[in-house]
Amino acid sequence: MTKILAVDDSASMRQMITFTLKSAGFDVVEACDGVEGVSQARQHKCDLVLSDVNMPNMDGIAMTRELRTLPDYKYTPILMLTTESGLGKKTEGKNAGATGWIVKPFKPDQLLNTIKKVLG
Amino acid sequence: MSIELSQFFQVFFEESFEGLDVMESGLMSLDPANVDNEMINSIFRAAHSIKGGSATFGFASVAEFTHVLETLLDEVRAETRGMSTDMVDLFLQSVDCLRELLEGLQAEVPVDGARADGLRQKFEAILDIPADAVVSETVEVEPVAIGWQIKLVGGEDILRTGNEPIRMFTQLGELGELTITTDFSRLPAFNALTLESCYLSWQLTLMADNVKRADVDEVFEWVVDECEITIEPIMDESVPVAAEQVEAPEATEAVEEDVPDADSIGLAAPQTQKKAEPGSIRVDIDKIDTLINMVGELVITQSMLGQIGADLSSDNVSKLQEGLQDLERNVQVLHESVMQVRMLPISFTFNRFPRMVRDLSRQLNKKIDLVVKGEQTELDKTVMEKIGDPLVHLLRNCLDHGIETPAERVKAGKPETGVISLNAFHQGGNIIIQINDDGAGLPKEKILAKARKNGIIGPDVVLSDEQINDLIFQPGFSTAEVVSDVSGRGVGMDVVRRNVQELGGHVSVKSAEGVGSTFSISLPLTLAILDGQLVRVGNQVYIFPLVSIVESLSVDKKQVSTVAGACDLLRLREEYIPIIPLHDAFGIEPDSRNLEKSLIVVVESENTKVGLVVDELQAQQQVVIKSLETNYQSVEGISGATILGDGTVSLILDIGGIVTIGQNTTHMQIKAA
Repeated sequence: MTKILAVDDSASMRQMITFTLKSAGFDVVEACDGVEGVSQARQHKCDLVLSDVNMPNMDGIAMTRELRTLPDYKYTPILMLTTESGLGKKTEGKNAGATGWIVKPFKPDQLLNTIKKVLG
Repeated sequence: MSIELSQFFQVFFEESFEGLDVMESGLMSLDPANVDNEMINSIFRAAHSIKGGSATFGFASVAEFTHVLETLLDEVRAETRGMSTDMVDLFLQSVDCLRELLEGLQAEVPVDGARADGLRQKFEAILDIPADAVVSETVEVEPVAIGWQIKLVGGEDILRTGNEPIRMFTQLGELGELTITTDFSRLPAFNALTLESCYLSWQLTLMADNVKRADVDEVFEWVVDECEITIEPIMDESVPVAAEQVEAPEATEAVEEDVPDADSIGLAAPQTQKKAEPGSIRVDIDKIDTLINMVGELVITQSMLGQIGADLSSDNVSKLQEGLQDLERNVQVLHESVMQVRMLPISFTFNRFPRMVRDLSRQLNKKIDLVVKGEQTELDKTVMEKIGDPLVHLLRNCLDHGIETPAERVKAGKPETGVISLNAFHQGGNIIIQINDDGAGLPKEKILAKARKNGIIGPDVVLSDEQINDLIFQPGFSTAEVVSDVSGRGVGMDVVRRNVQELGGHVSVKSAEGVGSTFSISLPLTLAILDGQLVRVGNQVYIFPLVSIVESLSVDKKQVSTVAGACDLLRLREEYIPIIPLHDAFGIEPDSRNLEKSLIVVVESENTKVGLVVDELQAQQQVVIKSLETNYQSVEGISGATILGDGTVSLILDIGGIVTIGQNTTHMQIKAA
């Protein structure tokens, strides 16, 4: 089963994302910040990472940078969930190795469509 | 697939309220002149999460409001704008406003948006956004293309960010008929090849007659900065063979669907949603782990006992006893751990006080520091919810009546800034909450005069200092000459005392004129469990709350004086205490009506002591309180019931009520006589 790592410090967002992904038949691993995200990513071999940008302890950008140093996550798609539609964060995320982004707010359907696009 | 967003609302509200608390306490501790980066970051993050969540779940009013707030916070964070006290005020007001908006949405009641609009205008004024900024929309008339010619020069690093060109091609292929020509010219010599890099370029021809430029752009959205992309429309005339345009593309999936109209989600949500009062509790993982551990132990004990039971003989009686002892210990620990689940740190209540003190001291033109200690002390959730208001009242009182104005303080030789300290700690089975101020103290003469004037005490009564201070808790007492906006809101200290007593606790005050006052509230750790003294009257066993028992004694006839027509009085050292035979109050046949053969338990309620006559004192034990009201009906003199070890139901006495019953019985006796 395709396994997705969902990282967000907001419990409601995590719940929404997890529910949506599980309903669509994905396996989901959660983390509430970048530090936990990295440790979850090490434990589970995930096929896709969804991550919020603004998080305590380690933000999504630092986490992406960290994940890209792991052999298992060299090419794994990493999508940033960002509310900042401004290019700043996007470029920063891309430079850190993010595949792309999903602009918040998004609806469950939009999330799934984007994920399908990435997973092919 | 349609997913009902309303199922996530509860969590969203809970985390948003938590976020608001974070913002509030962060703003409170923020020094505008020297903004702490980490602090402003956490405030920003909280606002950001609320904005993100509210937009996702369709609460546009909250999302829009938080947006301006966030924008300003972001500027402060990026240090392009300085912080000022006025801005802190504005942010704090916004926190209140957001809380109001969210509470309204949670309770599904409409909230007046005027406050939010007013605040938003203030933010917009600071941010220099024209109030009625109209985003000019330029509508480009797009020529109708029958296809797109795309040239893609892969960025060397696109593979390293997980952007696989094949995926983009698949996506394009879904839009129409795609022809791909690959250009290998940039491929280096074999030994210079890096597997992780992309050296290829492509010529793509997408034939599809209603695919817009935006649809094509979207495919390359994530790599547009890394790759060289040129997208040209193929117009009708450039297509050599018209027949090729036959293949119609599949309908593009609507990715950019509109977010459904805002608050309609929240307000028109299915009515099954529970209103307000969430009734959920967040529990530390540690506590749950302890519980699970204990259940594990229980299972082991159970299987051990089961083994003994299957093979029961006189040989293994000692083993059985051992097992039962284990069981008892396990159940006890489990019981304690379960009770722990209901316990929350008192910071949940204390957290709102710094803000209150800040606002009120500004309003009163006083300088006050609030010192909070023991915020981690844990208290039952129900007790916590009910103690908030009495604490607010006491605190307001300290601010208003306790702490003097800076001028008065300087005159009295004290520092300008007054100190109120709030402290919580455990003492025995109780939690003590103390509110201390270094203000003027209680004016004894004034209190005494007022009490006499109001007829609370007789003109000639002589009272100790303690008793005088205690007068402020009497109904109808207020010394403030002018009822102030701050503490004179119709509820007096008597209400505070009553509320605390309803929780099974008591409140007292110590004060020294000119030095300050200390209010102490003592509360039981939980409402569900009571330390009880089992007493027997005739064939009934009752439970006295252990806290209300002063002492128990067997009496000498000489100590009892009978007042004609009224109840008997027990002389206990310097005091005379009315004696209430419980058997009379409850209509039970006692072992003996001879006082000398009975026992007297002296109990205290609201500073009134009475002696209750019982036949026998039995064990002291913790009992689980079951509500009589929910299972039967409310009965005067009884606060609840419990089930004893032998399975019988025993009633728990409400000492306050018993005192009243006793007084009435005495009256009736007088009338009858």
